[in-house]
Amino acid sequence: MSNPQQRKQMSVLDRLQRYLPQLVVGPPFLLIVFFVYGFIAWTGFISLTNSRMLPTFDFQGIQQYVRLLAMDRWNVAFHNLLIFGSLYILFSITIGCVLAVLLDQRIRAEGALRTIYLYPMAISFIVTGTAWKWILNPSLGIESYMQQLGWESFQFDWIVNRDMAIYVVVLAAVWQASGFVMALFLSALRTVDEDIIRAAHLDGASTTRIYFGIILPSLRPVFLSAFVILAHLSIKSFDLVVALTNGGPGYSSTLPANFMYEMAFRRNQIGLGAASAMMMLATVAAIIVPYLYSELRAKHHG
Amino acid sequence: MAEPQTLPGANGKRYLLGRLFIWTLLLAAAVLYLGPIYVVLSTSLKDLAEIRAGALLDLPHELNFTAWREAWSSACIGVRCEGLRPYFLNSVIMSVPSVVISTLIGALSGYALSLFRFRGANIIFALMLFGCFIPFQIVILPMAQTLGFLGIANSITGLIVVHTIYGISFTTLFFRNYYVSVPQELVRAATMDGAGFFRIFWHIMLPLSVPIIVVSVIWQFTQVWNEFLFGASFTSGGAQPVTVALNNLINSTTSVKQYNVDMAAALIAAAPTLVVYIIAGRFFVRGLTAGAVKG
Repeated sequence: MSNPQQRKQMSVLDRLQRYLPQLVVGPPFLLIVFFVYGFIAWTGFISLTNSRMLPTFDFQGIQQYVRLLAMDRWNVAFHNLLIFGSLYILFSITIGCVLAVLLDQRIRAEGALRTIYLYPMAISFIVTGTAWKWILNPSLGIESYMQQLGWESFQFDWIVNRDMAIYVVVLAAVWQASGFVMALFLSALRTVDEDIIRAAHLDGASTTRIYFGIILPSLRPVFLSAFVILAHLSIKSFDLVVALTNGGPGYSSTLPANFMYEMAFRRNQIGLGAASAMMMLATVAAIIVPYLYSELRAKHHG
Repeated sequence: MAEPQTLPGANGKRYLLGRLFIWTLLLAAAVLYLGPIYVVLSTSLKDLAEIRAGALLDLPHELNFTAWREAWSSACIGVRCEGLRPYFLNSVIMSVPSVVISTLIGALSGYALSLFRFRGANIIFALMLFGCFIPFQIVILPMAQTLGFLGIANSITGLIVVHTIYGISFTTLFFRNYYVSVPQELVRAATMDGAGFFRIFWHIMLPLSVPIIVVSVIWQFTQVWNEFLFGASFTSGGAQPVTVALNNLINSTTSVKQYNVDMAAALIAAAPTLVVYIIAGRFFVRGLTAGAVKG
C-alpha cells in the first residue's frame, strides 16, 4: 500500500467483502419484511376499516372485532379450534411417542414400519380428507360394511352429525400427523446416552421404569417442539375441513381458518375476514413468540 | 437403546412375551395406517355397481383401470372435461421453479447468517423464522391485491412467486442450522488461504450440503405440491393446481357420484409426494431432526 489512492481502493473492496454477508441476507430479508410483516400490518389496518367487497382505508376502530366476537359462526369456529387443537395435539403426541418407544426396541423391520407410519404426512390434506370422507360415508363406508357383516345396529355417522363432525376432523388429522411425531421422538431416542441406561439396568430397574424415569423426561425438548409444531398446524388447519366436511353440517365443523376464507372470498366481508385473521395470528403468536424467544436465547448462552 | 439381549433381566419367557406384545401393537398400527390407502386404491379399481354393493374392505373382482383413465383425462372439473391432467401439469410447472429458487436463496442466506456473525444476525434470523409459523390467512388479502397489481393474478407465475417467498423462511432455517454445525476450523483455514465469501460457499459449504439440500427439496416439494389455500384463493379455472382441481372434482354436484373416479383422482394427486417419500423419506427424517427440531 504505497500511495493513499491505492489504500482507499483497497478499503472499499475490503469493506465490500466485510459486508458481503449482510448484502446476501439483505434481499431475502427485505422480501420477508415486506411480504410477512408489511402484509400483517396491511391486514391489521384493514381489520380496522369497514371494507366489504374491496379494501377501503377509512378508519373505523374496533367495530369489526366487536361484530366478530358477537357472531355465533365465529364462536363455533373458535370453540371447534379448542376441541380440535387439544385432541389433535394430545393424541398425536401420545400415539407418536408410544410408536417411537416400541420401534426403539430393536425391531427387525423398523425401516418398513417407519415408512408406513410416516407416509400419511406426505399426502395433502385434500387427499386425506377425500379418503376419510369416503370411509366415513354412512351409506357406503364403515357403517354400512359393519351392518352387512351382520352387526345391524352398528352406527358411525359422525361425519353427518352436527355434534360429532369436528371429531371426524380430529381422527383424520391424527392419522396424518402421528407418524411425523413418531419420527421426531424416534430420532431423539437414538441420541439418549446408552451408558446411563446400561447402568440403570445393572441396578435392576425394569425397562418400563427406565423409560418413565430416565428416557422420557430427557426428551422434554422434543415434547415441546412437537407441541409447538402441532399447535400452530391446528390453528392453520383449513384444507382438511374443506375436503372432509366442508365445514358442515351447517357450519358445525368450521375452524377459524375456514371462517376467514368464507368471509373474505365468499361473502364480501373483507374487514371481518381480516379481523378473524388477526385473531388467528394472535393465537399463533401467543404460542410461537415465547418459544422462539427461549430457543434463541438458550442458543445464545449455550 | 442398548441391545436388550445383552442386558440383564431380559431373558427367556418374559422376553418372548414382551416381543409378542410389541409386535402385536406395531402391526395393528401398521394396519390402521395402511387401511385408508387400501380402501382408496381398491375402490378406484371397482366399478360403480360393485361399489354400491357396499363391500368396502373387499378386494375388487377384477383390475379395472377405467376410473383411472377417466380421472386422468376425461373427468369434468367445472365446465372442462379434460380430467386432472392439465392441473397436474400446472402443479409440476408450479413446484419445480419454486422449489429450486427457494432452496438456492435459503442456502445463500442460511450460509451468510450462520458463518458471519454480524450485528443483528440473530434478530434477522428470528424475524425470518417467525415467517415459518404465520397462518397464511394473514397474508392472503394483501397478496391478492399485490398479485393483481403485478399483473400475475390467476396464473401459475403468481403461485410460483408466492410459494418461493413463503418458502424462504423454511429453507433459510434448514440451511442456517445445518451450517452452524459445520466445523469453524474449515472455514477459518480457507479464509487464511485467502478464500472469500463465495469461494468458501462454492468449494467448501456446497459439497458438504447434500443432506440438507435433500431435506429442503423434499420439504418444499411436499409443501408446494400439497398446498391448497393459495391455490384456491389466487387461481380459478384452468390455472388451478391439482389440489384445488381435485377438491372441485370431489365436491362437484353431478347427479351420479363416481366414487371410483374420485378415488383414482385422489391417488393421482397424491402420487408424486408419495413416491418422493418412499424413495427418500429416510434422508428426510434424518436431516429434518438434525436441522430443524433443535431450533
